[in-house]
Amino acid sequence: MADYKEIINRYKDLPGGIIEAYHALQREYSFIPEDSIAYAAQVFDLPLAKAYGVATFYSYLKVGERGKNVIRICESAPCHVAGAKEVVNALEKELGIKMGESTADGKFTLEFCECVGQCQATPVITVNSKPYGDITPEKIPGILAAYK
Amino acid sequence: MAEEMRIVLRNMGKIDPLKIEDYINAGGYKSLEKARQMGQEALMEEVKKSGLRGRGGAGFNCGMKWSFSYKVQSEQKYVVCNADEGEPGTYKDRTIMENDPQSVLEGMAICGYAIGANKGYIYCRGEYPYVVDILNQAIAQAKEKGVLGDFDIEVRMGAGAYVCGEESALIESIEGNRGEPRFKPPFPPVIGLWQKPTIVNNVETFANIPIILEKGADWYKSIGAEKYPGTKVVTLTGDVNNRTVFEVPTNTSIRQVIYDFGGGIRGGKKFKAVQIGGTSGGFIPESMLDTPIDFDSMTVIGAVLGSGAVFVMDETRDIVNVVARIAGFFEHESCGKCSPCREGTKRIHEMMEKLDAGQGSGGDLSLLERLGTVMTKACLCGLGQAAPSPVLTTLKNFNSEYQAKLN
Ligand SMILES: Cc1cc2nc3c(=O)[nH]c(=O)nc-3n(C[C@H](O)[C@H](O)[C@H](O)COP(=O)(O)O)c2cc1C
Ligand code: FES
Repeated sequence: MADYKEIINRYKDLPGGIIEAYHALQREYSFIPEDSIAYAAQVFDLPLAKAYGVATFYSYLKVGERGKNVIRICESAPCHVAGAKEVVNALEKELGIKMGESTADGKFTLEFCECVGQCQATPVITVNSKPYGDITPEKIPGILAAYK
Repeated sequence: MAEEMRIVLRNMGKIDPLKIEDYINAGGYKSLEKARQMGQEALMEEVKKSGLRGRGGAGFNCGMKWSFSYKVQSEQKYVVCNADEGEPGTYKDRTIMENDPQSVLEGMAICGYAIGANKGYIYCRGEYPYVVDILNQAIAQAKEKGVLGDFDIEVRMGAGAYVCGEESALIESIEGNRGEPRFKPPFPPVIGLWQKPTIVNNVETFANIPIILEKGADWYKSIGAEKYPGTKVVTLTGDVNNRTVFEVPTNTSIRQVIYDFGGGIRGGKKFKAVQIGGTSGGFIPESMLDTPIDFDSMTVIGAVLGSGAVFVMDETRDIVNVVARIAGFFEHESCGKCSPCREGTKRIHEMMEKLDAGQGSGGDLSLLERLGTVMTKACLCGLGQAAPSPVLTTLKNFNSEYQAKLN
């Protein structure tokens, strides 16, 4: 894995580039390592509070550990009426964890999210941002198998 | 039977979006050339005359907005394409960018020439990394061909904040800050990104520009509704047979959208309600379905065209439950900068959950109405101002649903 300092340094000359740097960290680790925020503050010449403030404002960014594969379930109204609840139940059962938790082996995290813009195929989940549509509980094991 | 009319999506399925040659062979980048020959003022006059109004929700005359930035003297100006598309039920900007990215780039470059800007940003939501890849490839090809001249375009990613679709919050986010809306005035066309004059337009607005210049303002103005001419790309979701994307003239009625394009209600059920414009839109009953979808006709019935999302609910849907979920969305997405929104979205959500659980009283309904009305007036930005709309329109148009769940 690349060192977080090296990743952040790539963006240091980009005006307003701290969010792009956070995205890059997340692509590498699937989350933003807590220690990297102080370094980002230094590189972008910001108070530490501000670097934290930015990282924690955005729901797509996650400070601190989470699983290697992040599964997000859309709960916006179109997915809600299409049966997001059943999808949640099936995922919790399949992975043996609750929403917001990660599996003990560090492979999966379950999170809620709002609309991901794939509403032609509700209900929708994403795995590491890749969308899967028209989800039924039966489809879940097949989708997860690819990430195990 | 109403028919689809593809202007923005004219190249969809006809060209390879990742081959700029295809776009050029289909007449692409001729409009940019034409724009440069027309000169800045004549160009803006033509866009103004076409009657094109913003497709991001606010419906402001596009050419007029450009002229505000044009008039400001500044060594640096910016063009920003709003591809944040956070409004639930909306996937039209994604469809446009996935199928014809060059038309958006060309529209931005034309705007850049008009106002005197040599730098553009596309702010694309973080949930669309695959669209970011397409845009970056399209930009690289345009640079290699030299079609953009000295106009540079860069993609920046949003990170899952609905409020960043609001133009001043979006600007804050590009600057690397928390996405909190600014106090207005000044408006972005005068003081925007890094304090410079900045035009923010929606993806669909930019994609309309090249064809308007190709075929002329008079041609465009003759399509659809008189005061909101052209077409609208709409996305259907919910209980319709065809959950898909269509482009229709703006004088198409809601009923035509649901029945002719959407193929009617799924499973032979009856219609109950439709919410248009995304999750901040009003809920519309059967009696209003013959309203045309254009901006002004929707305003008359207390609804909005918004992003063009069309969310249909059949007779079995529990309106109070759906609105409670929507209230949860707004509590989550409120940025917290102004207190009417920060506190109001939380209290609305609380009361809606109570009502949904069958524990609400008539007093809650009047409180909701009062709080909602205050928020529409007192909130700093459009998020808080529109957040009560699903509540207020359902209290009005679907009151019996609330009555049935009272304790
Ligand atoms: C909470 C909120 C969210 C918004 N989200 C979007 C969005 O996702 N896309 C968009 O184009 N406009 C959005 N807007 C509208 C923008 O502020 C702005 O009016 C628009 O981008 C201007 O472009 P247009 O004139 O081409 O419509 C939003 C506004 C608010 C208040
Ligand atoms: S509502 Fe779930 S993807 Fe859009």
